[in-house]
Amino acid sequence: MSKAIQYIKSSAVPLAAENVDTDQIIPARFLKATSRDGFGKNLFRDWRYFNDDEGQPKSDFILNNPVFKGKILLAGKNFGCGSSREHAAWSIKDYGFDVVVSSFFADIFKNNALNNFLLPVQVSDAFLQTLFAAVQANPQTEIEVDLEKQSIALPGGEQETFDINSYKKTCLLNGYDDLDFLLSIKPEIEAFEKTF
Amino acid sequence: MSKTLFEKIWEKHVVRQLDGGPAVLYIDRHFIHEVTSPQAFKGLEQRGLPVFRPKQVVATADHNVPTVDQHLPIKEALSRIQVEQLHENCAKYGIELYGLGHPFQGIVHVIGPELGVTQPGMTIVCGDSHTSTHGAFGAIAFGIGTSEVEMVLATQCLLQSKPKTMRINVEGDLGTGVTAKDIILYVIAQISASGATGYFVEYAGSAIRKLSMEARMTICNMSIEMGARGGMIAPDETTFAYLQGRDFAPKGEAWDAQLAYWKTLYSDTDARFDLELHFKAEDIEPMVTYGTNPGMGIAVTAAVPAEETLAEKDLPAYRKALEYMGLQAGKAIQGQKIDYVFIGSCTNSRIEDLRQVAALVAGKQKAPGVEVWVVPGSKQVEEQARREGLDKIFEAAGFNLRQPGCSACLGMNEDKIPAGKYCISTSNRNFEGRQGPNARTLLASPLTAAAAALTGEVSDVRNL
Ligand code: SF4
Repeated sequence: MSKAIQYIKSSAVPLAAENVDTDQIIPARFLKATSRDGFGKNLFRDWRYFNDDEGQPKSDFILNNPVFKGKILLAGKNFGCGSSREHAAWSIKDYGFDVVVSSFFADIFKNNALNNFLLPVQVSDAFLQTLFAAVQANPQTEIEVDLEKQSIALPGGEQETFDINSYKKTCLLNGYDDLDFLLSIKPEIEAFEKTF
Repeated sequence: MSKTLFEKIWEKHVVRQLDGGPAVLYIDRHFIHEVTSPQAFKGLEQRGLPVFRPKQVVATADHNVPTVDQHLPIKEALSRIQVEQLHENCAKYGIELYGLGHPFQGIVHVIGPELGVTQPGMTIVCGDSHTSTHGAFGAIAFGIGTSEVEMVLATQCLLQSKPKTMRINVEGDLGTGVTAKDIILYVIAQISASGATGYFVEYAGSAIRKLSMEARMTICNMSIEMGARGGMIAPDETTFAYLQGRDFAPKGEAWDAQLAYWKTLYSDTDARFDLELHFKAEDIEPMVTYGTNPGMGIAVTAAVPAEETLAEKDLPAYRKALEYMGLQAGKAIQGQKIDYVFIGSCTNSRIEDLRQVAALVAGKQKAPGVEVWVVPGSKQVEEQARREGLDKIFEAAGFNLRQPGCSACLGMNEDKIPAGKYCISTSNRNFEGRQGPNARTLLASPLTAAAAALTGEVSDVRNL
C-alpha cells in the first residue's frame, strides 16, 4: 500500500464536524480483521448507515452525497482524537482519500496517517473556513496540494503553506517508510544498547 | 542545566537525532494485545524479519475476550481468530503471553504495573492510546499505531518528534467522596478534550503526591482524553513501595542500583515547561459527563450547561451531543435515570477501585431494574477481590462480578450496552457508540457509579 505522495489536485469532501474521534471513523466492532485491507467500506460506518444496514444509508451524511467526491477530505478541528487505532488511517486511505485537511490533528492519528501515505495537511482555522466555503459553494472546486512546496491552494489563488517535518517529507515524496530507515541503522541501535 | 522529568528520560533514550526531524527513540518495554498486533506481525513476515528483542515484549488478550465462561472457546469467530493469532505469533517469535486462562491475564495497562514490568525511567509503548497509564510510575509511556508496533518489534525503536511539555499542578486536599477520577474529569472539563494536544503532561502538586499508585494510574490513563501524548508523575516513596517485591521488579542488589537511579527522576526545581496550569483540589466535586467527549463534564451537583453559556459556533456540535444523549440543556444531571452501571476498564478496575465500591455498597442492594457489571482489570485483581470477600459483598448487592477484560469499555466484545440505554461507566470514553451502537455513556468515578447503582439514577455519593 506504500505509495509516494507528491502532488494532488482534486475535488474534496467537506466533513464539517469537530473532534471527530477514531471511534466514529471506524467503530470498534470493525477492528477484528487481521489484515490491513478492506477497511474503507466501514469508514464512518455509523454515520453512513442506519442500523448497520448498507441498504439504509443516511442521506444527510456527506459521504452519501454523490455531489461531493475526491481524494481530499476536509474536516473540522481536532480530527482523529481518541483511540490509537491505525485502522482509522487505513479506512480513510482505503476509501480513496490521499489527503486530510484540518486545522488540528490528534498526534497519534497524524503519525498513523503519515505512516500510511495519507497526508495530513494542517491549515489555519481561517483558511479551513475558506476551503469549506469554496467547496460547499461549488463541489467541483479542485484543491491543489503540493507536498514539495508544502502548499495548499484554491483555484482562485488563495493559498497557505503547511508544516511537515523534513524527514517525513522525504519519506512521503520517495515512498519510504520509517521501518526502512530504522532497519538501515540497526548496527547503531545495537551499539546503543551496549552503552545503555 | 535543569531538566524536566520528561527530558531526563527522553534524552537517555535517544539513539540518534535526525536533523530537522524526529529522534530515533529506544523503547524499553513493548506491550501488545490481540487487536492492534496482527497486521504488525504480518508485516514482519512479509519482510522476512525476526522480532528483534522478544524479551522486551509482553502480550495479553484483553479487548476481545468474553468476561464470563472464559474457560470456554470464544464464541464470536472474528474475536477468536484474533486471540488465536496472538497465541501463534507469540509462540513463533518467543514472546511471553499472558493469554486467557493464565493467572497474569488482564487488561494490558493493569497487568504491566501489577507485575512490576512497568518501572520508573522507562520508555514504554503499546498499540493502545491508554498506554499513558504507565506514566504514573515516572515513565515515558505512550500509545502507538500498528505500523509503529511493527517498527518496535523489528528494531526496538521508533521515530518520534519531541512533544512540548506541560505541568498540571493540583494543590490541596480532596473532599470526601472526591477521587482521582474526579480530578482528571475536572481538569479535562476545564481545558477541553483537545486542551493538551501536542504536549506531554507531568502531574504535580500536593494533591497528586498524596495519591496511591492506583489513583495515579487513573489520572495518567486519561491524559490522552485531553489530547496529550502522555502523562507522567515523578516516582517517589509511594511508587517504590508499590513496586518492591512484584514479580518482575528488580531484586537484591539490582533493586538498590535501580532505586538509586529512580530517585534522580524528578523535574529540577527551575526546570521550564512550555505550559503550566494550576488547579485547587478544594474546587473539585464528584464529576460526571453529560456529552459525547470526555471534556463535557460537570460536577454531579450541577446542571447540563444552558445554551446561553456556549459560543454560537459550538452550538451545533453541542445540540448533536445532547440529542445523542437524550439530555436537556439547563437541566440538573442528578436524578437522571440509569440503566447500566459499568465498573471496570483500565481507568478504574484495580483492587483499590473494587474495595472503594465494596465499602460503599456493603449491606446494600442495587436499585431494581439496574444492571451492574463489575469487571476486574486482571486475573490477579479478581483473585484478590475474592480473597478479601468482595465477591460476597457484590453478590449480596445484586452486582455481577465478571472475569477480567476490557468488557463494556468498548463495544467490541460481547459486553455491549444496548441502544438508547444509559450507562454510568468508570471507563475513559463517552464517544458516540463507544459502548455499543447508540449506547449513552456517562463517565464517573467508581464511587459515583456505585451510588447510581444503589439509587438507579445519577446521585451525589456524598449524600448516601
Ligand atoms: S479497558 Fe478500554 S481503554 Fe483500556 S485498553 Fe481496554 S478498551 Fe482500551
